[in-house]
Amino acid sequence: MATINVAGKDVEVDEEGYLTNLADWNEEIGAFLASQDELELTDAHWEIINFLREYYDEYQIAPAVRVLTKAIGKKMGKDKGNSKYLYELFPYGPGKQACRFAGLPKPTGCI
Amino acid sequence: MSEAGVIKKFLYLNRKAPYGTIYALESLEVVLISAAFEQDVSLAFVDDGVFQLKKDQKTDAIGMKNFSPIYNALGDYDITKLYVEKESLEARGLTLDDLMDVTYEDEDDDWAEKPAIQLVSKTEMADIMESQDVVLSF
Amino acid sequence: MLLHTVNKSPFEKNSLETCLSLAKAGSSVLLIEDGVYAVQKGSQADAMISDALKTVNFYVLGPDLDARGMAADNMIDGIKTVDYNGFVDLVADHKAVQAWL
Repeated sequence: MATINVAGKDVEVDEEGYLTNLADWNEEIGAFLASQDELELTDAHWEIINFLREYYDEYQIAPAVRVLTKAIGKKMGKDKGNSKYLYELFPYGPGKQACRFAGLPKPTGCI
Repeated sequence: MSEAGVIKKFLYLNRKAPYGTIYALESLEVVLISAAFEQDVSLAFVDDGVFQLKKDQKTDAIGMKNFSPIYNALGDYDITKLYVEKESLEARGLTLDDLMDVTYEDEDDDWAEKPAIQLVSKTEMADIMESQDVVLSF
Repeated sequence: MLLHTVNKSPFEKNSLETCLSLAKAGSSVLLIEDGVYAVQKGSQADAMISDALKTVNFYVLGPDLDARGMAADNMIDGIKTVDYNGFVDLVADHKAVQAWL
């Protein structure tokens, strides 16, 4: 099992870089995981990351991209609930990449 | 799978209780993955499968993930038909009130919240199965 | 006396039925895992359990009840809920454990 070191603390991740334990997550770790992809997280990123965490908390799954896009559109408006906006924020995919930063598992049905 | 835009009717038939075996969770995972193919998907709960929808599941003490909240996310995946066989519920001393309030938001009806669980008789369940293109059994 | 454990749903397997047909008066039955579904009042297994309760002690493992959402008020009267420590005590208090799989 691989680990990452954030602020002097070792945190376990799987072979794809997703946190092994959801409970280990904090914003510092989220920012560290983003920096590995050379991304600096802005408020716009955090808005999506926090949405994903709330979704997981309620339903115990990370939503597929299609579901995430629709749900964001419903909550934050069509300006944000579209693939273009979400892929600009998370170029490797709003499902896979944003979930990793959020400390969630890879979305089920992400192919 | 949806070549030439053909939409088929898929029924996932669930007959096992959660936690004791892996079938229930496996079924859910396959359902979520297959949702990406945009087919007409519904779920049936027969025999001990009805226990998957029992309300108030709390798994902290057995150290397993409580996956019952996932059923409430199915609406987001356009899966809005959860058929529960009445005879199976009754044989287990349960009624509809013992099951979770699984709902979905109807996009075509101003996001109105609607119940996803439909209680059906054995006869109705047989008709539902007969009307499918594919039945997958768990 | 023996402690019998049953971990299968009475609606799917006949483990509980066979267990009760072979459990001597005064012995104990502990329902665990999917075996806990037997506790619900008014089910098809109710008569069999209510009858057995006249001669054997019935226990059910609380954590397995909670996990399955069965820890409500609709439990057949006379079944005692135990936690993991209670499970250990039951094992210690009996001559041997017979597991009905």
